[in-house]
Amino acid sequence: LIRRQRYDVLFVAVGIAALAIGILTFLTLFVDMAVRGLPRLDLDFFTSFPSRRAANAGILSAWVGSTLVMVVTAIFAVPLGVASGVYLEEYAPKNWATDLIEINITNLAGVPSIVYGLLALGLFVYQFGLGQSILTAGLTLALLILPVVIVATREAIRSIPQTIREGSYAVGATRWQTVRHHILPYSSPGILTGVIIGMARAIGETAPIITIGALTFIAFLPPAPLKAEPPFVSFEWLWSPFTVMPIQMFNWTSRPEAAFQANAAAAGFVLVFMTLTMNALAIWLRYRLRRSIKW
Amino acid sequence: LKHTLRAVVSVPASARFAARRVRMLRERAIELLLFGAAFVSVLTTVGIVYILVKESVVFFQHVPLADFFTDRQWTPLFDDAHFGIVVLLSGTLTSSAVALGVAIPLGTIIAIYLSEFAPFRLREAVKPVLEMLGGVPTIVYGYFALLFLTPLLQRFIPGLPGFNLLSAGIVMGIMIIPYVSSISEDAMRAVPMALREGSYAMGATRLQTALKVVVPAAFSGIASAYILGISRAVGETMILAVAAGMQPNLTFNPLEPAATITAFIVQVALGDLPHGSVGYQTIFAAGLTLMVLTLACNLAGHYLRKRFREAY
Repeated sequence: LIRRQRYDVLFVAVGIAALAIGILTFLTLFVDMAVRGLPRLDLDFFTSFPSRRAANAGILSAWVGSTLVMVVTAIFAVPLGVASGVYLEEYAPKNWATDLIEINITNLAGVPSIVYGLLALGLFVYQFGLGQSILTAGLTLALLILPVVIVATREAIRSIPQTIREGSYAVGATRWQTVRHHILPYSSPGILTGVIIGMARAIGETAPIITIGALTFIAFLPPAPLKAEPPFVSFEWLWSPFTVMPIQMFNWTSRPEAAFQANAAAAGFVLVFMTLTMNALAIWLRYRLRRSIKW
Repeated sequence: LKHTLRAVVSVPASARFAARRVRMLRERAIELLLFGAAFVSVLTTVGIVYILVKESVVFFQHVPLADFFTDRQWTPLFDDAHFGIVVLLSGTLTSSAVALGVAIPLGTIIAIYLSEFAPFRLREAVKPVLEMLGGVPTIVYGYFALLFLTPLLQRFIPGLPGFNLLSAGIVMGIMIIPYVSSISEDAMRAVPMALREGSYAMGATRLQTALKVVVPAAFSGIASAYILGISRAVGETMILAVAAGMQPNLTFNPLEPAATITAFIVQVALGDLPHGSVGYQTIFAAGLTLMVLTLACNLAGHYLRKRFREAY
């Protein structure tokens, strides 16, 4: 028996070792990139365009591009995702159409991201003629993270007790009034968590954006969204060619010179920092949510 | 009461019905709008299938299906073009095998440990960290495989080329660990306590209970975790495009460089291929192959997962 119990202890050791491998890899990755990249991280790096000379190159066009693409992604993914989630939880009748939608969403969540890139290349770029623009990229990533937002919305809505709905209906509210005044406000922290996780994923996606044909060397900014003369806002930037952070990093990684690899490390550090912050925010939100639950 | 009743009645009935009709119409419109939003996901699938099949059909008019599956060369962009998907499949399968060789043992051990052994606080602390491991952008993993792991491996394996499937596969495996461990852990946590208590009552140790009672009981869930892991590995793109090279190479040796289906699509997309050329259509044929592979895995995985959920 003592020997068997020793196996228990042994397995605990193995388990901790396995965990450590995972976590250590992550730390190594982070530290390695920090060591190589941090010397390159200064203000100039954020305010310079990519250049043929590694020392002058920066990520200005990349982070501006990433930001704009994320804005488009959020504008499409959040309303669509939340509306789908609300429909499936609050409205959907039990019939074949609902089943079809549900099976679809589970399957879409498993489709490799590069396939979304092919969809965008065939459909958005050529069939709809949107070109290789910020709009195309934003739409593609919106479709990509749609399942994440839908699933998060549904989970958040499902955790609202039935009594809330019954109370609302009892005072004569319609379905939409119930959703608008009760379901949506109460589920919003959960939805927000899902949106943040989805956006963190979208910001790091490279493959679909390469597939639609984003350029790797962009030394200009898209037209500014705000103008001095009326009508003050312009949507020209939606049609502008662009690059994003992961593509810039990919471009630098695939060059043989060590100087460019330092740039890649610096860009990677920024990228990991952003996704980690977003993920940490989501985890913290979820943690707070779990503690402050009223029912 | 009489007074209010009279007040209500004094509003003409038709006006009350009209107000109610407007309200019902609005409700109906909103429901339709929400249904439309939910239907976008179906349209996405339809769009994916439509685009992949449409372009692939044109492709297979140029390239016979038999050649596609039996040719042993993949040189779609040369004058002497060959389209043997086997070449790309070999890269995909080899790298996925390496990745699973890393992810399955580590992921399973972590899942068993977290579900059966770890104290509650440790589990709560570790799970978010593991989640973050899955949240790191894949391009960063690619960078890590090419510029950190490969030089490290070259010290132990002399003659290892700068691009190889081994280091890409290992890093990919580490990326997949969280998927495997979290699904398997969920499956094991779903095993009822009574089974464990029965086992302890018979005098079994924790490890014996874990391996001989909990794991078999949660097996279909664990298997679905593996299958979903395979689907992840097959669809992974950037790690391979960066670290495994983009040379098509019919090999099952992880020490060699080779292109995978996904890496090939990236390679073509990086170049300038005219819309409508055969080269342009190959990526859709490759994408269709990829889609069929991952879809089969996903369906099998979800089927298994559903079964284990209903078991207790």
